[in-house]
Amino acid sequence: MSDIPKLTRKDFISHRSVRWCPGCGDYAILAQLQRTLPELGIPKENIVFISGIGCSSRFPYYMNTYGFHSIHGRAPTLATGLKIANPDLSIWVITGDGDGLSIGGNHFIHAMRRNIDINVILFNNRIYGLTKGQYSPTSPQGLRTKSSPMGSLETPFNPISIALASEATFIARTFDTDLKHMAKMIKRAYAHKGISFIEIYQNCVIFNNKTWDYATNRKTRAENVVELEHGKPLIFGKNKDKAIRIKTFEPEIVSLDEVDEEQLMIHDEQAPSAIPYLLSRMRHPNLPEPIGVFRDVQMPTYEQGLLAQIDEAIQKKGEGKLSDLYHSADMWTVESTKE
Amino acid sequence: MLLESFYSDLPKIIIASEDILTPGDQPRVLIAMNPAALKANIADLEPGGTAIINIDTFTAGNLKKAGYDSNPLKDGSLAGYRIFEVPIITLNRNALAKIEGMTQRQIDRSGNMFALGLAFWLFDRPLKPTKEFIAKKFVKKTKVIEANHIALQAGYNYGNITRRFQVRYRIKPAALKPGTYRRVTGNQAIALGLVTAAKKAGKPLFYGTYPITPASDILHHLATMKNFDVRTFQAEDEIAAIGSVIGAAYGGAIAATGSSGPGIALKTEAINLAVMAELPMVIINVQRSGPSTGMPTKTEQADLLQVMFGRNSESPVPVLAASTPGNCFYIALEAVRLAVRASVPVFVLSDSYLANSASPWLIPNPDDIPNIEVSHPTKLNSDDEFLPFKRDTETMAPLWAIPGTPGLEHRVGGLAKEPETGDVSYLPEHNQQLMEERLEKVEKLADVIPEVPIFGQTKGDMLVISWGSTFGAVRTAVERLEKSNMVASHVHLHHLNPFPPNLGNILNQFKRILVPELNMGQLSLLLKRRFPEHTYLKLNKMQGRPLMIKDVLDKLKELLGGVK
Repeated sequence: MSDIPKLTRKDFISHRSVRWCPGCGDYAILAQLQRTLPELGIPKENIVFISGIGCSSRFPYYMNTYGFHSIHGRAPTLATGLKIANPDLSIWVITGDGDGLSIGGNHFIHAMRRNIDINVILFNNRIYGLTKGQYSPTSPQGLRTKSSPMGSLETPFNPISIALASEATFIARTFDTDLKHMAKMIKRAYAHKGISFIEIYQNCVIFNNKTWDYATNRKTRAENVVELEHGKPLIFGKNKDKAIRIKTFEPEIVSLDEVDEEQLMIHDEQAPSAIPYLLSRMRHPNLPEPIGVFRDVQMPTYEQGLLAQIDEAIQKKGEGKLSDLYHSADMWTVESTKE
Repeated sequence: MLLESFYSDLPKIIIASEDILTPGDQPRVLIAMNPAALKANIADLEPGGTAIINIDTFTAGNLKKAGYDSNPLKDGSLAGYRIFEVPIITLNRNALAKIEGMTQRQIDRSGNMFALGLAFWLFDRPLKPTKEFIAKKFVKKTKVIEANHIALQAGYNYGNITRRFQVRYRIKPAALKPGTYRRVTGNQAIALGLVTAAKKAGKPLFYGTYPITPASDILHHLATMKNFDVRTFQAEDEIAAIGSVIGAAYGGAIAATGSSGPGIALKTEAINLAVMAELPMVIINVQRSGPSTGMPTKTEQADLLQVMFGRNSESPVPVLAASTPGNCFYIALEAVRLAVRASVPVFVLSDSYLANSASPWLIPNPDDIPNIEVSHPTKLNSDDEFLPFKRDTETMAPLWAIPGTPGLEHRVGGLAKEPETGDVSYLPEHNQQLMEERLEKVEKLADVIPEVPIFGQTKGDMLVISWGSTFGAVRTAVERLEKSNMVASHVHLHHLNPFPPNLGNILNQFKRILVPELNMGQLSLLLKRRFPEHTYLKLNKMQGRPLMIKDVLDKLKELLGGVK
């Protein structure tokens, strides 16, 4: 990568003024992507941001890369077509909980299972922000919003669980307030070949303020969050004195003073998907919520498979000649006749 | 000879000495294998036509099942036709008795070949091509080949020996242009046209689609052409299909999708995104009978207004329509040419009838097909910034700048724009200007659309205007008017938006204009909108079936009655 000129954060800032509400969690994510992308060594012209509709979907306008602000929920479909047309591109889909999981739910699950090499970042603020405050598919049951003044009746989706059920090969979670961890996840997502999915807990300061406070507040975070690290036990707590053990298919909290180390759950990013699924079900307030990489397994990507089939067809039949194609049927000749 | 379309449940065979313009029409000979088939198809038989009845199946039980209260062979209801009763099953069993190891059921399955053999005798056609077809189709199943060959021959011999049939149709070879021919269906021809266009543009072809009757065969054909760098993508739904096409077009591929009316309805919002982002692509609508699920396997041409206007706000797009199965090839090519020129999604209208019918196709020399010029910018087009929506003064198209090009990073999307920069803008004058620019680039395509030819006299009393798959029926009807000492001229449109540049002048030369369509008057409405000074007489049919020569001929005779 030495032939690529060294880029800096400035190279990734577009001339458009950013139009999110003051205090929005999106600012931190934008800044961190602008800071992290130069470290990946990708030529800037090969980076494309694609979004749908929603607050987060204004993202491409603020990145000085190629960008496509598409329509509600459909960003993964554009990304798929683009990646097939040009597999050399590094494609980043920016979506939200409404865009990605409600109107775009079908595209989300199919993008996951297809394992096309794109990165999907879901800003989860558990609310519709752009339409001014209705409950979303990730809103907690009972949430009072403009469209649910007596409380939402719906059971929320769990994005990580859905990604796992959809056979995604890279799944991670991070916060808008933990910039270091976010950068780590972005780099891991880029390094993964195949679909990469990151859920970011993101705060909507206007319509759902402090929805993730238990996890992001410095005072409570240590007790309520556990960081996943491959090959290591899930240790958490202010004093790093607690861990997770799996007992009868349920995670439980144990005190490090009281159990032997071999009883602790050791995180394995390549574990069968039932294991990360258990992790994805760990929810506040009963259990600490995991951040980090839930799953990272290597599988053949969609576009590799597609290009391999094209190569195979060319090897078998030779590079396509139109004349041969036209003549590959029963034919007959009409002679010129003069009556 | 053509083994043809399936618009009813019976395969049709058309044999003619003139160039066959329609892939299927009113038959002269009907072979009814059972009472149900007779009931379903007798109405199609031309008056005085021949019906060959497989008498073995006309039992009381079968007649009842088919809904006959009395035996039509005896109650005089078939008096207008020439009826021949033939015990096809019995004769076929006798013919195949010598083949060992075949069950009665297997033998009876070749009864249709006996009937076909008889038809070949009636029309004086050779058996050889069909025998070869059978041998190829059932390769390695020697017994099946033998049985079908014998049955075919036995049917032919039966006609020859019994001398029961007073009619025999002798047909001269059709006067086709010299050259090498093959058969193509409309869907096959579209696939061939798209591959050709991509090759002529020096690009990969991306085809993103979701299975739907009657468009799926386009995908099936293209999926076998991967050695042409054809990248097919079967999406999770109709919306994902068009989304992927937008993505691929943005990435610089020749991109196309195919669907039918209901699927096009689902794609609507995304098509508007393509209109706003000004990306070239081809959207094929193989029309079927609607609305809603309608009659999915039946034909109709009632999506013209859907593709013209079925999107929110102002959304101008070019619209093309194919006229014959073979013509689908050229329409697909033309669609890519226009899409790339104006950087716009182009609609192609086909229909179930064209998609599944086959017609002879004069195989072109690929070297005679002109290249499709595609250019992507590589440098800034102003002193200090890249202006993706700065337009070509001749075509009014913006630039097609693709990701991967250094220095031209820019953002596109569905929001309203500032001219030239493409930056988001809600300024009233910017919105007005962009609306006009998008309309103008489509209208300017008329500069490169060929003049539409007129068939018959260039001025007169009656002009018939048609579009799509009704071409053959309308043209043949106009030709046959001559026998009744009547005259009309015919114009068939392949370009529906914009119209060919000479259309207005043609209309001015006629007193009356008839517009036959398989809808309730959609082309009439477009003509009225563009040329309001004329009155448009209508012939509308919506029965899920193709337009017949007779439909048009009767209407013209009614209108022209008494005029010589």
